[in-house]
Amino acid sequence: MTRTADLVTAAVLLLVGLIVVGDSLRLGSGWGSDGPKSGFFPFWLGVLLLAVTAAIVVQAWRRGPGKTFVTREQLHPVLQVLWPAAAMVAATHVVGLYVAAAMYLAFYMRWVGHHRWLTVILVALAIPVVTFVVFEQWFLVPMPKGPLEAWLGY
Amino acid sequence: MGFENLLLGFHVAVTPFNLFVAVVGILLGTVIGVLPGLGGANGVAILLPLTFTMPPTSAIILLTSLYWGALFGGAITSILFNIPGEPWSVATTFDGYPLARQGQGGQALTAAFTSSFVGALFSIVLITLFAPLLAEIALRFGPPEFFAIQLLTFSSFVGLGGGNPLKSVVSILLGFILGAVGLDIVTGQLRMTFGITDLMKGFDFIVAVIGLFGIGEILLSVEEGLTFRGAATGMNLKVVLQTWKILPRYARTFVRGSFIGFWMGFKPGGATPASFMSYAFAKRFSRHPERFGKGELEGVVAPETAAHAAGVAAMLPMITLGIPGSPTAAVMLGGLIIWGLQPGPLLFTEKPDFVWGLIASMYTGNILGVLMVLAGVPFFAAILKIPFAILTPLIVVVCAIGAYAVHSSMIDVWYMVIFGVVGYVFKKLDYPLAPLVLALVLGDLAENALRQSLIMSQGSLTVFFTRPISCAITIVALFFLLMPLLTPWWRRLRGLPPASGAPAEA
Repeated sequence: MTRTADLVTAAVLLLVGLIVVGDSLRLGSGWGSDGPKSGFFPFWLGVLLLAVTAAIVVQAWRRGPGKTFVTREQLHPVLQVLWPAAAMVAATHVVGLYVAAAMYLAFYMRWVGHHRWLTVILVALAIPVVTFVVFEQWFLVPMPKGPLEAWLGY
Repeated sequence: MGFENLLLGFHVAVTPFNLFVAVVGILLGTVIGVLPGLGGANGVAILLPLTFTMPPTSAIILLTSLYWGALFGGAITSILFNIPGEPWSVATTFDGYPLARQGQGGQALTAAFTSSFVGALFSIVLITLFAPLLAEIALRFGPPEFFAIQLLTFSSFVGLGGGNPLKSVVSILLGFILGAVGLDIVTGQLRMTFGITDLMKGFDFIVAVIGLFGIGEILLSVEEGLTFRGAATGMNLKVVLQTWKILPRYARTFVRGSFIGFWMGFKPGGATPASFMSYAFAKRFSRHPERFGKGELEGVVAPETAAHAAGVAAMLPMITLGIPGSPTAAVMLGGLIIWGLQPGPLLFTEKPDFVWGLIASMYTGNILGVLMVLAGVPFFAAILKIPFAILTPLIVVVCAIGAYAVHSSMIDVWYMVIFGVVGYVFKKLDYPLAPLVLALVLGDLAENALRQSLIMSQGSLTVFFTRPISCAITIVALFFLLMPLLTPWWRRLRGLPPASGAPAEA
């Protein structure tokens, strides 16, 4: 339900507010020898966040449960994008961005799009190669590289 | 003297290299505007790292051209596919898509591009005239005035943004809080890092933009299970010329849309309400209001003129005050700092070639832009024929590259993923994202302005009311903040039904 999602989000925001206020009090939220202390600005941000989020909780509670926040059918494609994307980022640490991107593209195209293997391989190879040329060669913006690039001499 | 400066600007903007840069920018921008999940703001953010080695003027021309392209591109998807690429193109779909369904897509597109161009040109002329004046006034601003303007910036999101005002406030606060994480430059103390080294650098707003708008948007569009069912473009020279013959009929709508757009646009969050307002006015003053929503050309002209006028007007506070009016302008502002320029009123005296080059490039960019999109519609529409199983991972990869390139740091790519999830949830729960990004960008500036103001007054908040300019701005800001409370009361007083809020965010 949207209300549940609203309340969970508000709970997280309240937690953030408490952390901010706590840390600001540690730093000092008042007036120092040369003006407001480090914690002054964040302290009031945190206090306001707590107050406004509390109002949102009341509002959400009064409004009733609302419609379903996300159905199983809707969440499925979202997770299909999200988990492989997170896996790609994790893989980048090991094999570098270009190889990870190729793997991600190929996986998604085959798994979700059911494209032919030939299309999958061509696209998954072409895109990282083009990116490599544009970023590494033309604009000299280095991306994380792994063993494959090292083996190729980059 | 303004004219001489503009000539100087054209000297800068009309070099072969800068024109080439503008063409590339518009091309990429239109593609970005057409693609789901990539809008102006994160398109500019992703390309920002590529401009680090360019001269600043060419770099800003690339990014602004990208922005114009994205604005034009939004109209293509709205009209042909009924998918508003940006919130301010929502009103364009009302009549644009019906027109395209009736086989008059060419007419609708021509009208949209021409209106965009007219609206943009109107705002550019006003920027040319008023920017130097505003910069001159802003030179006399002290910290209280700057803080008051920041307050105005954020309160206009609350008052004018539509949607839930409480949630707008939360977005703003969250942006400021994220901006405060890391080293406090004034006292040298670490804030909210809890001993984690990675948090010391804080959160970069460019990464936030790519995550919130890029990844968040792509998650939303796969959730909706987008299938692109496009209407035929039906674009050719004959249609363009015929439409141009009809358009002068809507002169009043053009003028009204331009004024609404400029007036709403230089305040943050203004583009979306401007487009709806212009549409509503056009309908009210039309002799055939019943035709609106069924394929009335005027219903395309009105929102497009206003949205583009507003989109351009958002650049005005960025150039003159160093305060961006939209997430896209915020990313450009970040660019200025990276290129070693100090945004703000001093730019006009210290870097006139940059400022006037930028202003002149707005003219050239929009002229090139309207010609390119008119000629290139079939090409741009064909982009959406690429299967989504290729587009989706491609956009994710491009976002990851952009996020990494900002600081060459993998932690940023992880932040991008997290911001993506946050963006998805926030968008679903109606928390506006634009104020969060702007607060993240302006966090340090706002805090410093507040600190210095309070030091001036030894801790008393009255400092914002004792100086005339800051007092006036603060009162307007407070009025905007209280507007959500006042509006229902005002409507009841006049016996009007409660307002149905326009979609938030701009």
